[in-house]
Amino acid sequence: MLTGERRQGLALISPTLLYSLLMLAAPLIMVLTFSFWTQNYLELDTTLTLDNYREAWSKPIYSTLIFRSLKISLIVTLVTVVLAFPIAYYLSFHVKQRKALWLFLITVPFWTSYLLRVFLWKVILGYNGVLNTALKGLGIIEEPLTFLLYNANAVVLTLAHAWAPFAILPIFVALEKIDRSLLEAAEDLGDGPVRRFFRITLPLAMPGVVASTLIVLIPTIGDFITPKLVGGTDGLMIANMIQIQFGKANNAPLGAALALSSMLIVASISAVIFLLGKRFGGKVQ
Amino acid sequence: MKSALKSLPSKWLAVYAVAYMVFLYAPVILLPMFAFNDATVISFPLTGFTAKWFGVLWQTEALHGAVRNSLVVGLSSAVLSTVLGACAARAAARYRFPLKRGIMSFILLPLVLPEIIVAVALLVLLMQLGMPLSLVTVVLGHVLICTPFAIAILSSAFQGLDQSLEEASFDLGETRWGTFRRVILPLVMPGVVSSLLITFTISLDEFIIAFFLTGTEVTLPVYIWSQLRFPGKLPSVMALGTILLVLSVLLLILAEWFRRRSARKQGIEASATGGFA
Repeated sequence: MLTGERRQGLALISPTLLYSLLMLAAPLIMVLTFSFWTQNYLELDTTLTLDNYREAWSKPIYSTLIFRSLKISLIVTLVTVVLAFPIAYYLSFHVKQRKALWLFLITVPFWTSYLLRVFLWKVILGYNGVLNTALKGLGIIEEPLTFLLYNANAVVLTLAHAWAPFAILPIFVALEKIDRSLLEAAEDLGDGPVRRFFRITLPLAMPGVVASTLIVLIPTIGDFITPKLVGGTDGLMIANMIQIQFGKANNAPLGAALALSSMLIVASISAVIFLLGKRFGGKVQ
Repeated sequence: MKSALKSLPSKWLAVYAVAYMVFLYAPVILLPMFAFNDATVISFPLTGFTAKWFGVLWQTEALHGAVRNSLVVGLSSAVLSTVLGACAARAAARYRFPLKRGIMSFILLPLVLPEIIVAVALLVLLMQLGMPLSLVTVVLGHVLICTPFAIAILSSAFQGLDQSLEEASFDLGETRWGTFRRVILPLVMPGVVSSLLITFTISLDEFIIAFFLTGTEVTLPVYIWSQLRFPGKLPSVMALGTILLVLSVLLLILAEWFRRRSARKQGIEASATGGFA
């Protein structure tokens, strides 16, 4: 049945696969089961019920949080990808030497402690923060600006910063793959730079754009540090609620239902983005 | 005419690129500034130079425990995930087997899952199994999220291997193990070292999974999280962050150097993206 090569391949990958089955598949199945159970303080009731989902989908606080998280994550994704594209384009088309050095410099900030990076944004945006002090010093403002910190904007800014390298790399890779002779051909056939960009470069870069969109969108929904440190009460997201359910509120089944519900929504949005990208990207790849 | 058209957006793009780098580095630059600032409050203007916050770190017992824990967790996660990553990368590069794409995507899934989902799922399973939370459980979680990175780095190392070298070794009478030890391993070694360094760095900085799965012994990021609540502790946290930053950058430069050496050894151009293509 299985030839030597196929057996050897499976044998070699089996430790890694087994680990993923035990530590990823099994836990995910467990969470799914958990979300159909209920918990009363310390007692876990293992009768299957949809109560958690009913609560997660009907109580205004949860739907508010889910919608706000989606809104923030989508804005973050849009901002991050739109800001990242010109950088990736610059690196791919205009930087001739030292591309690797540029990429290295882009990834360095990402390797500093995530917690401290978020915290430092708080220092920059705060009432007596770097930005306010600088603006006051320059005489641009009289009183410190208060709309900088503890709201959804601060969350967007901080997350857009945190995920920048993840957005730049996939777009850069897609741009690098573009056959430069196609661009020359377009030029020879009379396309101006703008037309050429929208008819050749952008569609061919689409797989990279879609990849960065998804790479940023999916994890940002699950972040609870940034909302907690810079979000104030208006910037709290669904992950904060999930964390509370597993921690202080001690209602893991409801937390599981909330986590799975938000994952389901994100997965469907991702699928739509993926299909749209495929459509717009045409028959590339 | 043509060059004029080209240089205009090029100039603006360069300006934009510099502005973007300022944005990327804005928080990072502040770290050493406040670490060496002679004030207990984290705000401008800076008051004077001091190295005393680094001295404070030296005297904080709880921190030393956290550093020890993080080193143990980081080393274990790095070794385990690199071994698991090497198995998967080698299998994917060398063999064809049923369900290859499906299996690989499944193993790489943690790359796109929100960390809170991974953390919560593992927590629920461990709770049900009655396993107490400890550094071991943190390692279990970290290996899961580090393995995809190890695979990404090692894939390029294994893909660059010339299969005829392996065949030559068999023809010259080496066993399978002998071939692995004397031919394959030396060739992919730089990739392995680079993978160890990267996965160690990821584990060292990982917070969300550690936060959920840690027991009474905390790792460094969990310790930092607990300190952020106390304004008095902040300057020394900045000093700690500065040390971590320098350490991470050194590890990264080392990893990059090994990766390039690996590519050179195999006579291929080191891709600028580091295997994440």
